[in-house]
Amino acid sequence: MTTQTVLAAAGGVSGGEQVTFWILAPLALIGAIGMVAARNAVHSALWLVLTMLCLGVFYVLQAGPFIGMVQIIVYTGAIMMLFLFVLMLVGRDASDSLIETLRGQRTAAVVLGLGFAGLVGGGLYRALGDTTAVGLEQANAEGNVQGIARLLFTKYVFAFELTSALLITAAVGAMVLAHVERRKEDKMDQIATMRSRFAPGNYPGPKPGPGVFATSSSVATPARLPDGRLTERSTPEILPVREMTDRETSLKGTDK
Amino acid sequence: MYLAQDPTLADFGRDPWWLVLGKIVFAFAFGLLATLLGVWFERRVVGYMQVRPGPNQVGPFGLLQTLADGLKMAFKEDILPRAADKVVYFFAPTISVICAVTALSVVPFGPMVSIAGHWTPLQVTDVPVAVLVLLACSSMGIYGIVLGGWASGSTYPLLGGLRSSAQMISYEVAMGLSIVAVFMTAGTMSTSGIVAAQAKGTELSIGGFDLPAPGWYAILLLPSFIIFFISTVGETNRAPFDLPEAESELVAGFMTEYSSLKFALFMLSEYVSMVTMSAVTTTLFLGGWRAPAPITTFWAGANSGWWPMLWFFAKVVALVFVFVWLRGTLPRLRYDQFMRFGWKVLLPINLVWILVLSGLRSIEDWDAQGKGIAVGIPAGILLIATLFWPTRKPEPKPTLQEQANNRPYGSFPLPPMDLQVPPSPRTRRVVAEREPANIAAGSDGEV
Repeated sequence: MTTQTVLAAAGGVSGGEQVTFWILAPLALIGAIGMVAARNAVHSALWLVLTMLCLGVFYVLQAGPFIGMVQIIVYTGAIMMLFLFVLMLVGRDASDSLIETLRGQRTAAVVLGLGFAGLVGGGLYRALGDTTAVGLEQANAEGNVQGIARLLFTKYVFAFELTSALLITAAVGAMVLAHVERRKEDKMDQIATMRSRFAPGNYPGPKPGPGVFATSSSVATPARLPDGRLTERSTPEILPVREMTDRETSLKGTDK
Repeated sequence: MYLAQDPTLADFGRDPWWLVLGKIVFAFAFGLLATLLGVWFERRVVGYMQVRPGPNQVGPFGLLQTLADGLKMAFKEDILPRAADKVVYFFAPTISVICAVTALSVVPFGPMVSIAGHWTPLQVTDVPVAVLVLLACSSMGIYGIVLGGWASGSTYPLLGGLRSSAQMISYEVAMGLSIVAVFMTAGTMSTSGIVAAQAKGTELSIGGFDLPAPGWYAILLLPSFIIFFISTVGETNRAPFDLPEAESELVAGFMTEYSSLKFALFMLSEYVSMVTMSAVTTTLFLGGWRAPAPITTFWAGANSGWWPMLWFFAKVVALVFVFVWLRGTLPRLRYDQFMRFGWKVLLPINLVWILVLSGLRSIEDWDAQGKGIAVGIPAGILLIATLFWPTRKPEPKPTLQEQANNRPYGSFPLPPMDLQVPPSPRTRRVVAEREPANIAAGSDGEV
């Protein structure tokens, strides 16, 4: 048991604890504000990581080393990493638009948020300001980890198991929803593939490349088939087909 | 003097400030020196395995090659890509290094020693959850790689960062689960406690016989050890799991855009984390700083004083050699193989092993008959299940004629089965026109 744990168990606040708190508490707040204020989603996630790290240290300070480390490993290490993973897939330039759709919405949100934070903080301070912490020593008597384990596997074992069942159900459900399994009938063998390739209405050759026989070399310009028609199949589906106007196709007068 | 060698948690946190500072500096210097020597060691060993000399010009045996490379790197131009996210790009390598070095602070290098009159453990600090601190450090170290990949603002680094985040999350699960077995056996999460728990061999009583079991968890918990070591290779991005920096696919992965000192920091963090992971494996599974088994029997003082650091470093170097050996031997895995290996092989084996282990531990106090029933029934069920598991009978292979008849309508025409290809007339002509070779007459006239 470290000195800080012992001190915290005795209800006292050591100098080191105070110093750590007053260094990390502003950092945690800055992280929280930065998370809301950052325009870039990845920056937002990083600010949140800062807050979570500070929270982890706070847990350790308050004689809960296990929960502090778990906070860092699980939340910061795994969950935020998954967030980052998804954000990176979205793309690095995906920033929030700052156009206010409701007028005065931002001001109202700031005022209401500050008011709510003030109310909660004031209420908590009034309620717990002069309460002395008791029972920490008994709870951590055999060590913090052992204490948590004893509670989890005796008194709260049912709730614990239910939570894990819930999480597993959620994970399996997500996998079932996301997993696309092709049925056996849908799988085409080589002969069926060839048949569908040469079936009437399907052009068996390779697709014409974009810009081939076209009026422009842009990928958005559809290619022309041998009979002169435009083919939609040559352009990516997400790109809109754009035909050049007469003014754009006419000679610019630069070549004499 | 040979008493009370094992530090307990109460021995920490009472050193004077200069001693703490000295220990921290020592751990840091150990990390840096290990990198300098580690790169050299790796290049020499891989060179030996590939039958070429490796670096041998700078300094004795080429020992100073890494130092020269490091100095050269420091003087190179530091390129900042225009598309880079400047702040994150700058901080990413430092995050990697800080996390890799911090993990060394809870690794026990040796027992209690006397330094300038202070009786102190050779370990920067220890907490009741020290192993979780190690896990936290390794999981935070991923941020350096992922953010470096993202902030570079180009495609290869981004792909490297994505791979690394997926890889490290997957392999950290396997790693955490294999540590669970150590926690269960040692009954503590503090690193010094785990080393102390491996000090003496336990007595296994199997069917009335008391068998002395070795204390090392590498032997006692062999599946956990193997899985842990494999996942440390995955966690440190080393070959064959170096997919985030696979040079055949991603140039240099997450550090493609990095140059100069920032690149050097990434290299540093890679080697420091390799050494840290070796040290952690030594601590958790190989008895930590304790002398290997035969030494202590004829030298009682092997585990006291400063000697244990020797054993510790020897074990770490041996593990680093295994890292290098793997790199020199195994080809890189494909990404899907790698993920399948982590989630579908390592994880289930680990879970089953933990189940078996906790079952064995919970019947420890039972009498012989109860033990027999508790072990015998599951073993019997397993045996019966394996014996009577429905085997998938291979269908008899159809004959050629059947295969030909079973072909669907519209298939390519087949030549007749009994087709006899007549010899080509040209062949006959060539044979007929060939001049008889002039062969010296042998003992028998027919050649």
